[in-house]
Amino acid sequence: MNKSLQFDPYNLIITGVGGQGNVMASRVLGNMFSMNGYTVTIGETFGASQRGGSVMSHLRISSDACYSPQIAKGQAHLIVALEPTEALRVLANYGNQDVKVLCNNRPIYAVGVISGELNYPEQARIHEWIGELSSQCWFLDATDEALKQMRHPIYGNIILLGALAATETIPIAREDFKSIIADSVPADKLDINMKAYDMGMDMIS
Amino acid sequence: MSGLISGKKGSRRLLMGNEAIARGALEAGVKVAAGYPGTPSSEIVENLAKVAEAGNLYVEWSTNEKIAMEVAAAASFARLRSICVVKQNGINVASDFLLHLAGSGTRGGMLVIPCDDPGALSSINEGDTRHFARLLEIPLVEPGDFQEAKDMTKWALELSEELQCVIMMRSVTRLSHASGNVTLGDLPVTDVKAEFRHEGFPLDPNEGIITSAPVAFRHSQQQEKLKKATAAFESSPFNTYTGPEKPEVLIVTSSACNLYSREAINILKAEERVGILKLGTTWPLPEKLIENRLQKCDSILVVEEVIPFMEENLKILAQELEPKIGRKIFYGKRDGSIPSVDEMNPDLVIAPLAKLLGIEYQAMSEEYATNAMQKSFFAAPVRDLTFCPGCPHRASFWSINNVLKLDNNRGFVCGDIGCYTMATLPTGFSTLKTLHSMGSGTGVASGFGKLTQFGMNQSVVTVCGDSTFFHSVIPALVNAVHHKSDITLVVLDNSGTAMTGFQSHPGLEVDASGGDAVKLDIESICISMGAVVKKCNPFDFEKTQQLLFELLEIKEGVKVLILEQICALSPEKKAKKNFEMSVDESRCKGESCGCNRLCTRIFRCPGLVWHEESGISRIDEAICAGCGVCSAICPVGAISRKEVAYE
Repeated sequence: MNKSLQFDPYNLIITGVGGQGNVMASRVLGNMFSMNGYTVTIGETFGASQRGGSVMSHLRISSDACYSPQIAKGQAHLIVALEPTEALRVLANYGNQDVKVLCNNRPIYAVGVISGELNYPEQARIHEWIGELSSQCWFLDATDEALKQMRHPIYGNIILLGALAATETIPIAREDFKSIIADSVPADKLDINMKAYDMGMDMIS
Repeated sequence: MSGLISGKKGSRRLLMGNEAIARGALEAGVKVAAGYPGTPSSEIVENLAKVAEAGNLYVEWSTNEKIAMEVAAAASFARLRSICVVKQNGINVASDFLLHLAGSGTRGGMLVIPCDDPGALSSINEGDTRHFARLLEIPLVEPGDFQEAKDMTKWALELSEELQCVIMMRSVTRLSHASGNVTLGDLPVTDVKAEFRHEGFPLDPNEGIITSAPVAFRHSQQQEKLKKATAAFESSPFNTYTGPEKPEVLIVTSSACNLYSREAINILKAEERVGILKLGTTWPLPEKLIENRLQKCDSILVVEEVIPFMEENLKILAQELEPKIGRKIFYGKRDGSIPSVDEMNPDLVIAPLAKLLGIEYQAMSEEYATNAMQKSFFAAPVRDLTFCPGCPHRASFWSINNVLKLDNNRGFVCGDIGCYTMATLPTGFSTLKTLHSMGSGTGVASGFGKLTQFGMNQSVVTVCGDSTFFHSVIPALVNAVHHKSDITLVVLDNSGTAMTGFQSHPGLEVDASGGDAVKLDIESICISMGAVVKKCNPFDFEKTQQLLFELLEIKEGVKVLILEQICALSPEKKAKKNFEMSVDESRCKGESCGCNRLCTRIFRCPGLVWHEESGISRIDEAICAGCGVCSAICPVGAISRKEVAYE
């Protein structure tokens, strides 16, 4: 890792719905920066919320100090969304004109949508709105590709991490990912995780 | 990843607050750790259990928090260091024993570690355990960041051993469940022998008997210990001051609020104007240290969560000190500067601080805020909590709710704490009508069941989980049986303490560290009490409903229905689907069926989705857990299941 952070602290939010592997993604990313000497703070909301609720991780990456596990309103630099409408929810609280968004296209319907009481917005509208509320945004079919290529939706989170590296918003090195993920998953799952990461990179570049 | 025991001295790790506390316990040479699972506390015992063998520890998930406290205390009496870890409610459960323990004193260093949940992120209350420290008259300490979470654990254990009194170290969700960098210390090589000395002079703290009587004598000893604790707090490394010598505003804070306060000052660029007195020792307060800081500033903003605990204690102290330091103006919860409910965050510190400093602050431009809020409002309505796809509780409550409706005498269900708490919500068909502490469903039901004498003739049903059954349902069940209370208890047995992450309990063959344990059988226990007991798989709707009907027909005494089905998220299931589900598009009649969209609107499993354009239901293959249950609910049999063959 030879590039420095654009901001210090760099405020990154990973958001999604319980069960999407959001906590895992934030730990892996946090450890990648920590191993390179950065001071990382991760604030997580999980517990009851994993039962179909919104799950959000706040990452603070700094060259020197330990920051609050909750980012202040309007202070996010980058939002990684495993679920598109969750990106909008986070933008409403932590967004600003300069924020960047990397977003998975796969919707996870709230119970109200499943039951037909609420409507889920069309993808084109979501893209338009996120575009309006950010300075730069990327969209990809991470879950769909994970289902197709890895036969399990969970790898969508790793595909997003690969894509995040390709956006060059924050300095992420493939070898760092490999070393951290090797520590985090059983040995026979290393290859499939690397494949997901590389797929994510290709989906951006 | 955490390398809890392999991590070398001086190495730097990204640790969850709870992992940091566990490492601190190891660095202090703790030998015994006990607790009852509860978010956000569980990972402390969980992590220690993982290294129990390698580190020669004894770690257990006790049956409930009071017993956990007693188990940890026994270790201390035998001169070992120990910790007891619980969530905020656990202190309520253990408080009877704790009051006696505070009076009797301890020998080996002992910490009680409650992890509070301000904002009730994973609770149904935001109880503040700090008050217990004052009530019990024991020292209270609170780490202010991740490094401190580790270091303070060791420091407080040493102090506890020196004072021979139990110390409370309180954490909160935003420390316990957040992660930060921690530099590790040494792991001691200890070779301690457990020994309980009791043959000396009865009042001898090291050789006598351990009890809180004679009360006046022991109580005065206890208060002497508190004075010594206060003296140690005066020079504690966990009380720090950052800021100008004479600030315009002095923030007094502790715990996670320390990080929010720092952030607020940073965002307002007020480092030259505001000081932070961060207290790691919050009761009794270190008076001289506080006097020294109060002397230099007249405007004090107290930043803390939930109850104005520090604020009130500081005000008492400031009143006593007034002749020396003059009058101070306090801002905090009492004047509304800081909210008294819900968790804190940086913005809730920024607002009162900006006001005191006369700074205009806006988090985002009004135009952006309005635009983002409108879009979020339309696109992202609040996600209601739901049972997971494949959750046995959805199936169980489907049956309980249906039976009570058919029974038609306004029957109701008393509930308590577990994932099944969510049966107060539409995901559980709003079946639960009372909801309080662990085990209280059965206790409350026991009371309802005796109200026939006053004309009550509604069916009284209660539910509990398997872990809760052992935790606190047994005494309530004994009470109901003994008094012939007419109730039906449904035990939702999903083979583990599922909500908090599948910790072991007395109904399983394994203990916290994965070793062999004696399994107690819920069915046999209930039978031995004299209850009428039936058991079945909740995924079998027909049998479940038939059995529940039969039990409700028995009009006197306690009936128990055990519904046994493993949690959908259980690691044992390895996320494997039993069935491949599909909706036959030619059979599903959608809106014209007359079923009122039973599967998506009423049953509401996240794996079943109403497809607006085609006007029929569909299976979401990424979400469906393949439990097969929904095939039984469709009145026209449009949902079919195909067994998945695994090699």
